Amino acid sequence: MSAHQHPHEEQDFLFKYVFSQDHKMISKQFLITGFIMGFIGLSMSTLFRLQLGFPGESFWIIDFLLGSWAENGVMLPDKYLALVTMHGTIMVFFLLTAGLSGTFSNLLIPLQIGARDMASGFLNMLSYWFFFVSSVIMLISLGVEGGAASAGWTIYPPLSALPQAIPGSGLGMTLWLVAMAIFIASSLLGSLNYIVTILNLRTKGMTMTRLPLTIWSFLITAIVGVISFPVLLAAALLLVFDRSFGTSFYLSDIYIGGQVLEHAGGSPILFEHLFWFLGHPEVYIVLLPALGITSEIVSTMSRKPIFGYRAMITSMLAIGFLSAIVWGHHMFVTGMNPFLGAVFTFTTLLIAIPSAVKVFNYITTLWKGNIKFSPAMLFSVGLVSTFISGGLTGLILGDSTLDINVHDTYFVVGHFHIVMGLSGIFGMIAGVYHWFPKIFGRMLNNNLGNVHFWITIVSAYGIFFPMHFLGLAGVPRRYYTNSEFPLFDNLFDINTLITWFAILAFFGQLIFFFNFVYSALRGPKAPQNPWKGNSLEWTTGVKHIHGNWPGEIPTVYRWPYDYSKLNDNGDYVTGEDFIPQTVPLADGEKDGGEH
Amino acid sequence: MIALVAIVAVLLVIATAVQILKIAELRATESGKEIYEISAKQSKAQALLLMVFLVAYFGFFAWQVWKWGGLMLPVSASEHGVGVDELMNITLWFIIPVFIITHIFLFWFSYKYSFSETRKALFFSHSNKLEMFWTIIPSIALTVLILVGLSNWNKIMTPVASEQEHILIEVYGQQFSWTARYAGKDGKLGRASVEYIEGVNALGIDISDENAKDDKIVKGEFHLPKGVPVQFVFRSQDVMHSAYMPHFRAQMNVVPGLKTQFNFIPTITSEEMKKITNNENFEYILLCNKICGAAHYNMQMDIVVESKEDFEKWLAEQKEFSAE
Repeated sequence: MSAHQHPHEEQDFLFKYVFSQDHKMISKQFLITGFIMGFIGLSMSTLFRLQLGFPGESFWIIDFLLGSWAENGVMLPDKYLALVTMHGTIMVFFLLTAGLSGTFSNLLIPLQIGARDMASGFLNMLSYWFFFVSSVIMLISLGVEGGAASAGWTIYPPLSALPQAIPGSGLGMTLWLVAMAIFIASSLLGSLNYIVTILNLRTKGMTMTRLPLTIWSFLITAIVGVISFPVLLAAALLLVFDRSFGTSFYLSDIYIGGQVLEHAGGSPILFEHLFWFLGHPEVYIVLLPALGITSEIVSTMSRKPIFGYRAMITSMLAIGFLSAIVWGHHMFVTGMNPFLGAVFTFTTLLIAIPSAVKVFNYITTLWKGNIKFSPAMLFSVGLVSTFISGGLTGLILGDSTLDINVHDTYFVVGHFHIVMGLSGIFGMIAGVYHWFPKIFGRMLNNNLGNVHFWITIVSAYGIFFPMHFLGLAGVPRRYYTNSEFPLFDNLFDINTLITWFAILAFFGQLIFFFNFVYSALRGPKAPQNPWKGNSLEWTTGVKHIHGNWPGEIPTVYRWPYDYSKLNDNGDYVTGEDFIPQTVPLADGEKDGGEH
Repeated sequence: MIALVAIVAVLLVIATAVQILKIAELRATESGKEIYEISAKQSKAQALLLMVFLVAYFGFFAWQVWKWGGLMLPVSASEHGVGVDELMNITLWFIIPVFIITHIFLFWFSYKYSFSETRKALFFSHSNKLEMFWTIIPSIALTVLILVGLSNWNKIMTPVASEQEHILIEVYGQQFSWTARYAGKDGKLGRASVEYIEGVNALGIDISDENAKDDKIVKGEFHLPKGVPVQFVFRSQDVMHSAYMPHFRAQMNVVPGLKTQFNFIPTITSEEMKKITNNENFEYILLCNKICGAAHYNMQMDIVVESKEDFEKWLAEQKEFSAE
């Protein structure tokens, strides 16, 4: 009856670490689960890069890890597609949506707006556990008969609907759909909580225009998520109906496996519309938090206010709004009415304007700053670089005329990996380096962080930049090998080079994981405000407590970007180069960056 | 065995890393500074690396253009494709300078304003003029791109008028092959549906339809006449495919249950393209560009472009559907 003797302690452990309703613990749970999923997604990409770089060559590691998905050390063609599909799904949803938003929205929203916790701790806990269950189901789907879902992360029917078309569309696909439905529930629970918390639980004095840009980005992300994720859920459910109950939402006129299917009158294009109604906003669900995080880091580490605070908010709102009306640019050559193509070209290219404003504002923030290059700052500069490099090629893909010839080629793969994948992951990693002391109360090692950054950015561009050239040479994406076409014979070296960089990138991330685990357990103890930041999270203690502040929640008197503010004598107002938000305005001092 | 060695190696590396970290921490404590504090010197070192990276990044870009630029698709072999390539060039002439200039500013400022104990950062929080400036400039550039893009788009997407001389071809996709069907003398394709698929009638053509009698079905390769508009219609048997003909700057998805279309005018014959590319084995190609199953990577059909006379001769040799 030992369980009976220490009921209190056991409950403590269970509710402190497992079924916690504390936003800081939930944040850690999201971070660690997200990273585990991310590592799996990363490993998958390294494996299929081996196939692409050295097609047909035998690797013991492929035999060892893939088992029945490989033969004699070479992965099977349909399992290559399974790997590509699961890599995309895991990276986009599990790492860069739940991992990124789940970690930082949970950690920073209560801490930065001055709240004891989220509006609903219980929903917050559910949000994590739905995510956890979803992750587990997604991983289980790797082991079922027929293999995991193999129709690409966009799961276009009929390929995703018919097990006759590809083995992964059997049980693997069913589990994929179940996992995603649960994932969407998790995302909605989280997002609703974030919105309610930000709108209602701000501390005294914390007006909307005194919110750090991180919070603005989380708010807009959550709103975009609430609007678009339910549509994906609907799309997935209708696909379930088509697959299992004989309906014909997406299927029509199909002859496969020697027989005509009963389905009639459905349209796969309908699925594409529903999918991309989430799918495109999803890009910004990944990007906006990353941009918010780096805005905060760039300002803090440059010891300067973020340039154009209001313009930054306006451009995020504009991006959030436009993101919901551009989905058709994924469908220019699907047979969609060409007039719609013209409309979507127009709205899509408009997004370049707020994006350009953000880039110029970042650069101006650096100008005449006093920049300390922590690993977080390096990754933030890296994000601005990837946001530019990947964003500009968006002008090519967003233009329906140009898209005709680069659609679904490696040009697209290069583009979105740089602008969404790299920017998203750079923002997330920057956030981890910056707020690690807040998450674990310890410091990450800077030298390892610097090495990690350099390996990552060099290998990342080494992987994704050459892909543009493959695309311009006409190489389609999702090809198991390019060796069946004499047209592509000259491009072999490019693929080999990319694979070498991918291997380098993989090992670079191991440095980070090592630094992460070692520092979380053994790193030097963090001071309360290591980066001399202004925002409220740095007024909380290093050791986590329930309710975040032991006494009253501090009152806020100013915006969070009063760095290097001088008085009329040319001295720092407070004697130091930063003024926390809790310091009242001096006589005659203006708030919010007004001079 | 190899796995065991690998595991031991990884463990050794981790153990070494832990020791190095411990030594670094000890040394930092001795010097009276916390290990995580970033000195001006350390910051400058990273800033310098950023400058090195900038040069290396541009160098890598230039190297790729030099090394692989010649491997890109050759000149467009279709009439509208020339417009596509022109628009591509206009866009590149816009984005490459922006890419270079913004990167120079980003990395140069990072380098120049790296941390120093003595300098104070400038409190510069906004400037309406600057922000107006970089809202308006991109807007103007984008307006140009949108206008040029859409005028091209509308032209490309307008189907060939039925009274105009043209060739009508149905391209039929199935896992994992392509078939082409020519409309024949009457210029009309016979009715077809998956319902009619049976035995040799793999395309599901309605044999009772008069229009179907003179249709011509070809596999392996199909021919196009130079200078004559070609109207394609696409049909799929099973899952989605995408008919991608990169040399003609042409692509359209092939969707079950939906008839999609595309049209272009071939302008360069296969023989001429062999000379242009200096490659005797050059072939125009149709490939699948929408994930469609395990052998998606090998779903292709050759295209031959020849003079109108040669094309008509070739077409005359093909068997009519009713003869099969």
